[in-house]
This record gives sequence, structure tokens and C-alpha cells, in this order.
Amino acid sequence: MSMDRREFIKIAGLTSLVGAGASGAFQLLEPGVLDAATHEEHGHGDAAHGQAEEQASGPKVRWAMTVDVRKCEDPEVVKRIVTACHTAHNVPDFGNPKDEVKWIWADTYEHAFTDSANEFMDKSIEHLPFLLLCNHCDDPPCVRVCPTKATFKRPDGVVAMDYHRCIGCRFCMAGCPYGSRSFNWRDPRTVLEGKPYNPNFPTRMRGVVEKCNFCVERIWKGLQPACVEAAPDVLTFGNLADPDSNVRQILRVRVSMRRKPELGTKPSVFYLV
Amino acid sequence: MIEKALKGEPRYWAWIFFLLSIIGVGFGCYLYQLSYGLGITGMSRDVSWGVYIAQFTYLVGVAASAVMLVIPMYLHHFKKYAKVVIFGEFLAIAAVTMCLLFIIVDIGQPARVLNVVLHPTPGSILFWDMVVLNGYLLINVIVGWNTLLADKKNVPTPGWVKPFIYLSIPWAVSIHTVTAFLYAGLPGRHLWLTAVMAPRFLASAFASGPALLILLLLLVRRFSKFDAGFDAIQTLAKTICYAMIINVFLLLMEFFTAYYSHIPGHIHGLEYLFFGLHGHDNLVPFMWTSAILGVLGIFLLLVPKLRMRYDLLAVACGAIFLATYIDKGVGLVIGGFVPNPFEGVTQYYPTFPELMITLGIWSIGALILTILYKIAVSVREETA
Repeated sequence: MSMDRREFIKIAGLTSLVGAGASGAFQLLEPGVLDAATHEEHGHGDAAHGQAEEQASGPKVRWAMTVDVRKCEDPEVVKRIVTACHTAHNVPDFGNPKDEVKWIWADTYEHAFTDSANEFMDKSIEHLPFLLLCNHCDDPPCVRVCPTKATFKRPDGVVAMDYHRCIGCRFCMAGCPYGSRSFNWRDPRTVLEGKPYNPNFPTRMRGVVEKCNFCVERIWKGLQPACVEAAPDVLTFGNLADPDSNVRQILRVRVSMRRKPELGTKPSVFYLV
Repeated sequence: MIEKALKGEPRYWAWIFFLLSIIGVGFGCYLYQLSYGLGITGMSRDVSWGVYIAQFTYLVGVAASAVMLVIPMYLHHFKKYAKVVIFGEFLAIAAVTMCLLFIIVDIGQPARVLNVVLHPTPGSILFWDMVVLNGYLLINVIVGWNTLLADKKNVPTPGWVKPFIYLSIPWAVSIHTVTAFLYAGLPGRHLWLTAVMAPRFLASAFASGPALLILLLLLVRRFSKFDAGFDAIQTLAKTICYAMIINVFLLLMEFFTAYYSHIPGHIHGLEYLFFGLHGHDNLVPFMWTSAILGVLGIFLLLVPKLRMRYDLLAVACGAIFLATYIDKGVGLVIGGFVPNPFEGVTQYYPTFPELMITLGIWSIGALILTILYKIAVSVREETA
């Protein structure tokens, strides 16, 4: 546990001050809490079901990521992560906020965990950059609202996009409570010319929505996501469904938070504080 | 009957060509949008729906409001609406057509629009919106055309049309309910996440649609020999008044829930619209204009002496139409995106081509309405 007891009590205390706890704008998961929670999430809530049976009925793989926020303090780290992702996926940079397309980026604690900021907050947290990306929710609203199944949840928990089926209605952007989705307001290929380009990942056409795909093109090859590869000490990627996985071991000993848990989306991205 | 639309005075043709020229400009802007992308609009990552979806939402209400004539006429045999109901149905046809066009111009890949049918997704509200809107268009074409045809021949409406008339009543309610569900079921959009959204949509629709209809009927009265009748118009005016009062009441409920609970997320949307949030207040003058016009409209419609004067009635209907238009056609959609999921404020300003495309679609609606009304008025003048 890299956080000392005093620090944990301090943060936990502030959380209860803003009325957070389990139902606030962020959720502070005490070490090991998830072991009990996943049991609840994947089971049928029926006492008659044995634990072994419930484990078998749930998914075998649910990809998840942990972000060690305190290791993001160096702006170079954030830059390295963002560049790795955006280069690997040919994410266009239009240079203006109106046309902006982004898969992973850093924002303040206040913006990442809306409603939970307060004036008495630990100043060191306030100034830390929080890496934001698609949460690959277990119950994703974007998938629910899509009229063509162009965005869908894979059996391994990744919320994926079919850029060829998307009609560009942007219902998923209205539905996503995390602002994780971008739309190609213009032809992205025009600004990709002359920039570092990955020929192994498709570019998009204008008029479709895109977002982080948890590097499905890499994980099926047994590789880590590009962002994790760029900063393995900051980001950890692993199988949430496996009790012995790297992420589960981390979550067992570190205090973690998820964004907007009160919405019931069950994000797969955990912030270690 | 269609030949009646081809015979008209010079001013009829001047109006037709005026509309066609605006449609031409709008179409030119749409071609530009097709080649460049939706980046020609003022929409952004944060405000990802704009004026197109706002018009769509408003016009679904106008379309649904035909039911305010159909119910009294066919369920209560209120005969004073007998000659007027067709104008409500034709208004619905024009409005639904505009709705569908606003969806088409809003989507990023219009060539793929049939994916909604090829990959039907009953879990998506947009899928159901497509179903109910197209169904409503079809029902109104069937009902409107056949009742007018029967009128022309001076025979009763054929029996097989009746089930479609009755079906149009719940169907009208469904189109606006489903449209409200597009918004009301999204987690994290506080302004929209309200159970009274569908009821309020219906209330404002039953005010705005008939208000537009009265304005149109007063125009028809001025430009043709057809008079909808004093009683019919007065009854319709009372409908508008009650609906608008319910609409304002429901809006005040939103204010109470947000401001008494003190929950910041619930307050922020309303605060941005009516008072400005973190110094961002581009919609504040619009929302207060809407509020003042709404109250003025209710007052003029509530007092019988004022309501009975056609000039003041026109002012009242204009006020109600504008008030509901700003409320639903501007504030609701844009306000739902402010603040964004990061509690930041991105303001939205429609661009010139975006507005021209919007105006072009309104002109297509006006053209359809003009032609349908021309036919209806000609038939009424003949049979009068």
C-alpha cells in the first residue's frame, strides 16, 4: 500500500464531508471492497446460487485499467501517454477546441470528479492531472442509446465502435456522462498528412464518432494498450474478472475511485489516489 | 385535387418562388456541409446537438398538436371543428416532414441513414422515434387526403378511414413522448433528466401548434374566402391558453425541485439558461423574452374581451409561438449540454450556413403547407 494510513483517513474523511461514500459523485473503494462487489455485480443476487456457479456465469474476461494519479505529476508523463495513444490510433489534432478529437487527455480533479471538489481539499490532489478516457462501463449508456449498434460492448467488457456502421447521430455523445466521445466534424485525414502515422490502424472518415477502444487491436495480440506501454508504472491494464489479476491485486491494496458511480454505469477505469 | 395547387393568383406564385429561392440557398449550404462535414456548424465536442435537433424537437410538438382538433371533432363530435380539422392534419404533415429533414441534415453520414432499419435496435429511443414519426406522417397523409377527397365529393368520409383517425390520437401523443424520451433517459444530463419532460413537451406542444394554426387560419381568412369560423377559433384559443398554463406550471416545478433541493447539478442548467453560469449568459436574454412573451400570451388569451379581438388574438398566438419556440427550440437542447460532463461551459452559436440550411427546411415546410392549404381552401371555397 503506497498510501499511508494518515493520508487515507484524510481523503476518506473529506469524502464523507461532501456526502460521497458509495453514492456521491465519486466512489472511494477501500482496498478489497471490489472482491465483494464483483460477486454482487455478476451474480444473480439469488442466495440459492453457489459462489462457484456465479463465477462461472459471469464473464471470464473484463478488461480494466488503474491510473496511479500521483505518478502523473510530471507533465512529461502525461504527454508521453497521450502521444502514444493518439499516434497509435491516428487521432487527428485540428488545433482548435471546436473540432477537437481526443481519446485520452488530462484534466483537473475538479473536472474529472464533478461535484466532489471542495474548498478544504488536499491541495496536492487539486493540482494533479487526472487522465481521462473512455471508462468502458459495465453498463454503458452509449451502447444503450445507439440506434444502429455501431457502438457495442464486447464480451471482454470493451466498449467498441464500428466506424463503418456509425451514422453520426451523436446520440452516444449526449448519452455519455463522461464526455469521452469525439465526433469528426471535419475530414480527419486532412490533418494527419505529414504527421507520425500508424498504417496498422484505420483512419476515420468525417461524420463518425470515435473514442478510446482500450487498444483491442493490441490486446488480442497479447500486447498491452499503447498508453500502458508508454507508462507502465502509471497505468496497469488487466482482467477485472480474474481475482488474481494484476489490477485486482492493486485494487485489493490501494484506495481507488471511479467517476460518477451514482449513475450506475460501473466504469472499468480506476483512479488510485 | 392536386391540380388546385397549380392555379393561383400572381401573389400565390410570387410566394411559391420566394420559398423556392430560399430552399435553393439552403440546399446550396447543405451541399457545402456534405462536402466539408458538420464542422461548418457551430456545434462542438461539448454542444454536440444544435439548432437542427432543436427545430426537430419543436416541430414534433407542432405535428402532435393536430390531436387538439381531432379529439373534439371525432371523440366529442364538436362540429365546429369539421371544416378546420383538415388544416391541423395538413400542418402535421408539413411539420413531420420538416422533422425528418432536420434529422437527415444533422447526421454525419446521411448515406448510412438506412442502418437504423437494417440494424434495428429496439433498445434505442431513436429507433422508436423513427418508427413513430414515419407512422404519424403516413397516418396523417391517409386521413387528411381522404377526408378532403370525401368533402370535395360531398360524401361522408369512408368508413375504413375512421380507424386511422382514432389511431392518430394515441399516435400523436406517442411521437412527442418518444421525442421527450430521447432526452429524459440520459444519465448525467441534469436539465433533461426529469420525469416531467414528456408531460411538459405535450403541454407546450398543445399550446404552440394550435397557436401557429390560428395564425395560419387568420391568414387564410384574409387571403381567401374561407373562414374557419369565430367559434372554432375561440375554442382553439382556449385550448392554447390551458395548455400554456400547464406548460408554465411544469416549468415552475422544475425550478422548485432544482432550487429547493439545492443540488448544484440540478440548478446549473436552469441557472445557465435564466441567469448565466460562471459569467456565460448568451441565452439569458432569449429565455427572459420567452418568459415575458409566455405570460403576455396567457394574459391575452385568458381575458375573453381581449381574446375575441382578432388583432389581439394574433398577438397572443404570436407571443405563445415565440415563447415556446425559444423555450424548446433554443433553450432546452443547448441548455442540456451546459455545463458539460466536466462542469465546464462551452457556448454555442449557430453559423450562417447552419442557419440557412435551417431556414431552407422551414421553407420546404412552408411550401408543403402552402400547397396543401391551397388545395384545402379551394375545396372549401367550392363546397361553401
